[in-house]
Amino acid sequence: MLGFILKRLALVVPTFIGITLLAFSLIHLIPGDPVQVMAGERRLDPAFHAEVLHRLGLDRPLWEQYGSYLWKSLHLDLGESFVTHEAVWSEFLKLFPATVELSVCALFLAVVVGLLAGVIAAIKRGSVLDHGVMGLSLTGFSMPIFWWGLLLIMFCSVYMREWAPAWALPVSGRLALEFDIAPRTGFMLIDAWLSGEEGVFRSALSHLVLPSIVLGTIPLAVIARMTRSSMLEVLREDYVRTAKAKGLSPARVVFVHALRNALVPVITVIGLQVGTLLAGAVLTETIFSWPGIGKWLIDAISRRDYPVVQGGILIIATLVIVVNLLVDLMYGLVNPRIRHAK
Amino acid sequence: MSALALRRWLVASTIACTLCAAQAAGTLTVCTESSPEGFDMAQYELSVTNDAAGISLYDQLVLFAPGSTRVMPGLAERWDISNDGLVYTLYLRKGVKFHTTPWFKPTRDFNADDVMFSINRMNDKSHPAHAAAKNGFVYWEGMSMRSLIKSLVKVDDMTVRFTLTRPEAPFLANLAIQSIGSVVSAEYAAQLQKAGQLERLNTEPVGTGPFVFKSYQKDAVIRYAANTAYWGGAPKIDTLIFAITLDPNVRVQRLKAGECLVGVGMKTEQAHAFDQDSRLTMVRNTPLQTNYLALNAKHKYLSDKRFRQALWLALDKKTFIASVYGGIATAAASFLPPSMWGYDGQLPERRDPEQAKALVQASGYDGSELTLFARVGGASDAKRAAEVLQADWARIGVKIRVQMMEIGELYKRTGKGDHDMALLAWVSDNGDPDNFLTPNLACAAVEGGGNKSQWCDKTFDGLIDTARKIADVKQRTELYVKAQRVVYDEVPVIPLVSPVQMTAMNKRVQGFTPNPFGNSDFRSVSVSP
Repeated sequence: MLGFILKRLALVVPTFIGITLLAFSLIHLIPGDPVQVMAGERRLDPAFHAEVLHRLGLDRPLWEQYGSYLWKSLHLDLGESFVTHEAVWSEFLKLFPATVELSVCALFLAVVVGLLAGVIAAIKRGSVLDHGVMGLSLTGFSMPIFWWGLLLIMFCSVYMREWAPAWALPVSGRLALEFDIAPRTGFMLIDAWLSGEEGVFRSALSHLVLPSIVLGTIPLAVIARMTRSSMLEVLREDYVRTAKAKGLSPARVVFVHALRNALVPVITVIGLQVGTLLAGAVLTETIFSWPGIGKWLIDAISRRDYPVVQGGILIIATLVIVVNLLVDLMYGLVNPRIRHAK
Repeated sequence: MSALALRRWLVASTIACTLCAAQAAGTLTVCTESSPEGFDMAQYELSVTNDAAGISLYDQLVLFAPGSTRVMPGLAERWDISNDGLVYTLYLRKGVKFHTTPWFKPTRDFNADDVMFSINRMNDKSHPAHAAAKNGFVYWEGMSMRSLIKSLVKVDDMTVRFTLTRPEAPFLANLAIQSIGSVVSAEYAAQLQKAGQLERLNTEPVGTGPFVFKSYQKDAVIRYAANTAYWGGAPKIDTLIFAITLDPNVRVQRLKAGECLVGVGMKTEQAHAFDQDSRLTMVRNTPLQTNYLALNAKHKYLSDKRFRQALWLALDKKTFIASVYGGIATAAASFLPPSMWGYDGQLPERRDPEQAKALVQASGYDGSELTLFARVGGASDAKRAAEVLQADWARIGVKIRVQMMEIGELYKRTGKGDHDMALLAWVSDNGDPDNFLTPNLACAAVEGGGNKSQWCDKTFDGLIDTARKIADVKQRTELYVKAQRVVYDEVPVIPLVSPVQMTAMNKRVQGFTPNPFGNSDFRSVSVSP
């Protein structure tokens, strides 16, 4: 197991360096510099332009800037935003709980519904239910997030307000604007609960519904399809036939004997969905005015806020690497054949 | 409006607003486009920052009258200008209170020390608060204010005197620009400086404006309370909330659902949907903006006036507006926008493709390809605009290659003269015609890169130079009309359209006056139940 962990860790180093290089190059490849973006159409005195570039350290050769960025990153110093002059870490930590809260809810929805849909489709293979579930999951996988989001907003928030106002969901944001609670943990559900104010928790929960559905749709579709195919394979195994022959209840056969083994590839897929969730968060947060890291990065790119873009990408990529590493390890735990494989 | 009339208007509105304040109530929620860059207005210039800080939190020495480009008294209640136009003496308003917040309790009213601090920190590089502004003062630098101001002197507690290096008629208008003229508390700055935390001017702002800053959750919401002690009368609402909503389509849905009562930065194509809604309306406003084509007059063919005129004559602006702006924009014939004083409304629109063909032939154009630079992104679809223009010019035999680029790159390359033509826009900073003509068309601006037409005309330069030194608006208007006619005849630029700015509004919102600078001022807005 130790060898397995060390091998995985060794792979992290080049991946990390590759990410820093990519994050640095991509933002520097976009034409225009932050000072010009700040000034807009106005002509800037070249001396003032040079002075600001120097202050921001952007007048140094690119390799030197990259070296300094890499060195500071290794010391967990991601610099400060060119625009707000707040430390990148501090901005990230303020906004990240919102993204985590949304991603966890979306993943929870995707896992619960996806697993259930996949199992049902596998059991009822070839039936209308199977075709229906798989058709829906293909549709969910293919739908552009921004279109799906706007569609849900239109029906569940705007039209529903006229048809059944009690069931209408909020359009966007994390909490109704009339509530002003002090952020304690950054997780709105927890903060709302702690505030003790009437109606706040319900408001926070209702604000989570639509963005979670939108963000969770693609992972849900992927999980459902993977569960179905994995279950179909397992259900054909001899030991399942034996379990059935022994007279075990169908539910026990499916959920205890078959599902546990069918979960092995599904867990890997769930791990990979963390990347999808964080990438999807960029669009979902924009549509639902969700103040998380996706929205933060989009703003930073348009303002050429290099430290935020570089730092933000680096943290997100590192998180994805860590989650995938954990999934690899969990994979080993679920399936002892992998752990003991030479 | 004369200075006396302006003062009367101000006194009347003050009394009226004080009476209204007794009935003040309600919360106004505004869906805005993005987060402000910060709250120390002098460091920034974006419209969203102006709405969130410059207009809501601060006052300037002089203000722009609501919905107009004329200046009126602000923190300075009156002023004298010397006959040579070099000395401006400003008499400050008494009894103006700075905001009381959890982070600052003012012990005195606004006075000359606050003006001295606010101006000197931008102008004097050795001032302790200069370096604390980590973004620098981009607007102050961009408007070359340092080279304009020779000195600023505190005459007494309620009087300050500016001496300029040259007569500059738009000087007062410059002081009304939020990024230049916003006054911050010297007492608060001293408190922060003592604690070594001057940068908190940007996160915990204190001004004298109509609203008091309460809280900001990044990328989510900004909350303000009405400044009940506001010298111009307390606002008619008691709470102002900016709900940051990036996507324009979501802003529409939030308005429809009643989550927001006002939506700024709406798209023209959304206007028709609002016109059919019984609860919502779209307020249309013509900002001080002209979308135009800069023709590089140093180019082989574009240096010929006949060729430049031909390019204009070939354009079908009606189709252009329908295709690019959904039919909602006004065709422009002058480089100045119609809402600006000094605008020449007599200039006729031109269109004659046959004459255009003849002029192209006469210019000796050999059919070689010209480049048209346009920006990626922006409020209107620049790619579609470039393609419509390309099609019009193809009909008179002129070949165009469209090159799309990011905005920073567009300014850089057009500043160097790499282009043949460029699709650009200019928005006024201070509502003065000089701010349109000098930065874009003066001979001196060719070298600096601001004059994207690379065109230099001594007659035109003489007219705008004389106008800049005269205070009398009537005389200046005459000179600017002449200057516009030179531009119309010489065609260094082809004015395309004056766009329309859209603000969506719930019909419960009353008293909103659209602002020609494209900003939103909510001090006189009320919300009916």
